[in-house]
Amino acid sequence: MATQAIVTSGGTGRRRRSSPPPDFSPRRGAWLDTARRRNLTGWGFLIPAALLITLLSFVPMIQAFILSLQTGRGSRLNWADPLWMNFERLLHDEIFKLTMFNTVFYLVIQVPIMLILAMVLANLLNDPKLRYKAVWRTMIFLPCAVSLVSYSLVFRTMFATDGLVNDALMGLGLMHDPLNWLGEPWTARFVIVIGLIWRWTGYNMIFFLAALQNVDHSTLEAARIDGAGSFKTFWYVTVPQLRPMIVLTAIMSINGTLQLFDESWSLTKGGPSYNSMSMSHYLYELAFLKNPNVGYGSAISYVILIMVAVLALIQLKVGDKRD
Amino acid sequence: MTKYAWRRVPGYVFLSVFALFSIFPLYFMLVSATNSTQDVLASRLTPGGHLFDNMTALMKQQDIGAAMTSSALIAIGTTVLALIVCAVAGYGFEIYHSRGKDIVMAILMLAMMIPFAAIMIPLFRMFAQLGMVNSLFAVIIPAISTPLLILLFRQASRSFPYEIIEAARIDGLKELSIFARIYVPTMKSTFAAAAVITFMTSWNNFLWPRVILLDNAVQTMPMLIANLTAGYVTDYGVLMLAVLLTSLPTILVFLILQRAFAQGITGAIK
Repeated sequence: MATQAIVTSGGTGRRRRSSPPPDFSPRRGAWLDTARRRNLTGWGFLIPAALLITLLSFVPMIQAFILSLQTGRGSRLNWADPLWMNFERLLHDEIFKLTMFNTVFYLVIQVPIMLILAMVLANLLNDPKLRYKAVWRTMIFLPCAVSLVSYSLVFRTMFATDGLVNDALMGLGLMHDPLNWLGEPWTARFVIVIGLIWRWTGYNMIFFLAALQNVDHSTLEAARIDGAGSFKTFWYVTVPQLRPMIVLTAIMSINGTLQLFDESWSLTKGGPSYNSMSMSHYLYELAFLKNPNVGYGSAISYVILIMVAVLALIQLKVGDKRD
Repeated sequence: MTKYAWRRVPGYVFLSVFALFSIFPLYFMLVSATNSTQDVLASRLTPGGHLFDNMTALMKQQDIGAAMTSSALIAIGTTVLALIVCAVAGYGFEIYHSRGKDIVMAILMLAMMIPFAAIMIPLFRMFAQLGMVNSLFAVIIPAISTPLLILLFRQASRSFPYEIIEAARIDGLKELSIFARIYVPTMKSTFAAAAVITFMTSWNNFLWPRVILLDNAVQTMPMLIANLTAGYVTDYGVLMLAVLLTSLPTILVFLILQRAFAQGITGAIK
């Protein structure tokens, strides 16, 4: 989110603070003690955050790996034989393959559309001559203030068989019979993609807007003087300068989409019969509903983890290229 | 209009269409909350007179007060604690910078890559062992230290003038009071941005509360509205009212703090 954005601009370059603090103590050499004490104070400031992250993220990550090598129902667990049994089972699990397909489909279709929309919108809103800027920005950002479950239910209502969307489409003469949007695999997936675009475009737009503040205005002027149209200026001058932000919003979005749960749970309930279910939703069903199988669930969670990590690494590599 | 002005028309059209697309589902939610289910299904798009009927029906079905309280306690608790822990850490990383801290920071940032689904099962077992199933603390604790917020504060601290800290030290202020009495008041917009992000994420969080809060007495608002569709027949007017009630707090927080929010994000990215 907000903060990932920030990694780019700061870079790893180091800073002004390395010079020793001035000596105000009457004793000679006392600054060393002061420096050491301040260094320790700094560590003290970090400890709560570092401990919490270690205990609540890194330790569970290791535990999840151990669990993924175990098998059994409920709390009685044994080592799987062979150890990779859960992972092998995944290869033959048709439902798992279907949920993986759905998740990747959402990712491939929705993320590019959303990021391009967000960039174009940010560029339009960045126009210094645009009026009512705050009103536009608020309208486009407002969907992000709504919870995933809330908007999922609004979309569920709008796309119900006897709902607004069908009424509107039939009223316009575009359709004769109502369509069961949430009852057919492809239309259900389509509704989820529309919902994701609705909820997240404004969010990403805010990051592009912030990044546009750092775009060099003289380069835009130069392009205009050279006779480039607004599209060419946008594509050849603005977009390359936004590259670090594009990489970051892409990582955030990919990460978010691979973890998709709320929409699958509330909007389509994963249906019809698993055809729009996300991997996280399937994991939840396996680990917490019916006959909990935490070992198998943990194996799925590791597949999600590896997918996130690999895609993020690719993104970073691609985004690292400098012209 | 000049030629230059004409060139802008497609842009304005695009902006208007997208703004309408953004606002329409919210408008639909708002009017449907005042309509009966029949009206909602008849696609009525004007406000109706069923707001109080819907309210009564909702209160009969669900304990709205309890859910609002749980959600508020969780969201406020998380925001306050997260702001303290992450601001202190971000400040510590930047103001007391050392190579060792850079390494720790890099390791902590790796946690950003961990999907929540991947650690959910062990977390549940951990809290279950501590007897904290159904406890609001179990919802709050995993959310108070996030790499994202730490980064936000670290990055924003870069623009904080170091001379002020030196001056305060000469005046004899303790390190912690420098943070509390000088840093916090100067970095208001960063705190606002962090508060908006944390409050919204926490209020809207669904998966983890759904896993750890098994008792309906402690359910949160997103859990409550998800339950409303569990039956065979959905009362859409009531559902949309509940959705509206769930959305109002985060929308209000955003509208109140939005100027500071935008400033805080921009300031941190520069």
